[in-house]
Amino acid sequence: MKRYSAFAIAREAARYHTGWERAWASPKPKKKYDVIIVGAGGHGLATAYYLGKNFGITNVAVLEKGWLGGGNTGRNTTIIRSNYLQDPSAAIYEKARSLYETMSQDLNYNVMFSPRGVIMLAQTEHEVRGYQRTAHANALQGVKTEFISPQKVKELVPIINLDGPRYPVLGGLWQERGGTARHDAVAWGYARACSQMGMDIIQKCEVTGVRNEGGKVVGVETNQGPIDCDKLGMVVAGHAGVLAEKAGFRLPIESLALQALVSEPIKPCMDVVVMANTVHGYMSQSDKGEMVIGGGTDGFNNYTQRGSYHHIEETVRALVETFPMVSRLKMLRQWGGIVDMTGDRSPILSKAPIDGIFVNCGWGTGGFKAIPGSGWAMAELMAKGHSPLAEDFGLNRFTEGRFIDESVAAGVAH
Amino acid sequence: MLILECPYCGVQCEETELHADGEAHLKRFGPGSSDDEFEGYLFRRENPKGVHFERWRHVNGCGKYFHAARCTATLEVFGTYSAQTLEPPKDLQDKISAKRPGWTWRELKGEG
Repeated sequence: MKRYSAFAIAREAARYHTGWERAWASPKPKKKYDVIIVGAGGHGLATAYYLGKNFGITNVAVLEKGWLGGGNTGRNTTIIRSNYLQDPSAAIYEKARSLYETMSQDLNYNVMFSPRGVIMLAQTEHEVRGYQRTAHANALQGVKTEFISPQKVKELVPIINLDGPRYPVLGGLWQERGGTARHDAVAWGYARACSQMGMDIIQKCEVTGVRNEGGKVVGVETNQGPIDCDKLGMVVAGHAGVLAEKAGFRLPIESLALQALVSEPIKPCMDVVVMANTVHGYMSQSDKGEMVIGGGTDGFNNYTQRGSYHHIEETVRALVETFPMVSRLKMLRQWGGIVDMTGDRSPILSKAPIDGIFVNCGWGTGGFKAIPGSGWAMAELMAKGHSPLAEDFGLNRFTEGRFIDESVAAGVAH
Repeated sequence: MLILECPYCGVQCEETELHADGEAHLKRFGPGSSDDEFEGYLFRRENPKGVHFERWRHVNGCGKYFHAARCTATLEVFGTYSAQTLEPPKDLQDKISAKRPGWTWRELKGEG
């Protein structure tokens, strides 16, 4: 496969762009693979990529029931940050953030990582204390964050209203090297790199059953026929519970709808990401000029990729007070994704009760930022049977009560 | 927007009047149970793509808990019923069977 470069653009410009190759191949499934990954979203493709890159395992298939990157990878608000309170979270999210820094060069694919900085607004006294605590914890974890004053917030975000009657801005947790990336490009870049290593990415291939023999996985049934494997990685986010049921075990996961919306495109007005966890809203401006807005999850189980309108109303109502100019914007699109929530709002990276099966799920409302770190840890877990980054995220934590409680620490929008 | 009828007031409530409270008919485990049972009770959920039985609370109304039978794949509501029961009423189960032939859920043996 030809490398992308400035020279390649010049070469193709000279011949009317007739020489661009397909970024990844779409082969028919083989009879058997060493490893099958179910789910060609960011996390699944990253897992496959690091299996090949870090461990030389390239006889890998990535199965996807829909299209590549069409689930939550293509539905999130693209925020990248690592300012978590608990040590295991900070470790894996900071690993992910640092891999984003060099991802474009690593994959030879422009993922448009934009470390524009992320502010989490403190709008109550509790949040002020909470974020100061997080800033101290981050200092110990080696994650560069800082608690900043309302005046600094105003300098960074001139369109903000600091003294709203209901939600005054009392400060913020600032992560300078947080930011955004192009979500589709992350999936496409990993897919291209995996295909280049000889892995098979098979779309429109739904897993309908998991075959075990003597407590060990031997393969999967799909709508394109049976495929054998030695190891199986389940990386399917919102449908983790559905797939686990096919394999015969249950997960501590509930699937909920999370929504986002974008405004009409406007001129550049905000060059950082702002999150307001008290009011369940977060906003950034895309390169196209649209204001990208994310809200809270619905309270009930749902697989429809649609959310309830009153959640949009809540989010927008709060944002209008914090950013008065938003009131003049028309909203263009709204959509939902199905997020997989665990009891402690931390992910699951674990061996499953069946030998040879590994699960990577439970990223809930904040999976995009974790993609490279998640893939890195999951690949190590699948190749070696254990991974320092994944160690604390095992399924056994629910039996043993060793929660990584980010639901309290990070608020809802994380 | 989800609309459920509160079986106590008979009011058609839209979801801002209600609070969703997760899976219904859980069997409770306390002191003396095994780690596995206790973990299952606290964390492992059915989370089906299809027929689901849930606890709801008419929080901005009568304040009482009730149960609802819903489809999580289509958002269709099959019906609501009192929370003072160990399983959905027979007529509701029959209604669901007529609409979703072959549906299964875990054995209903909870304590309400």
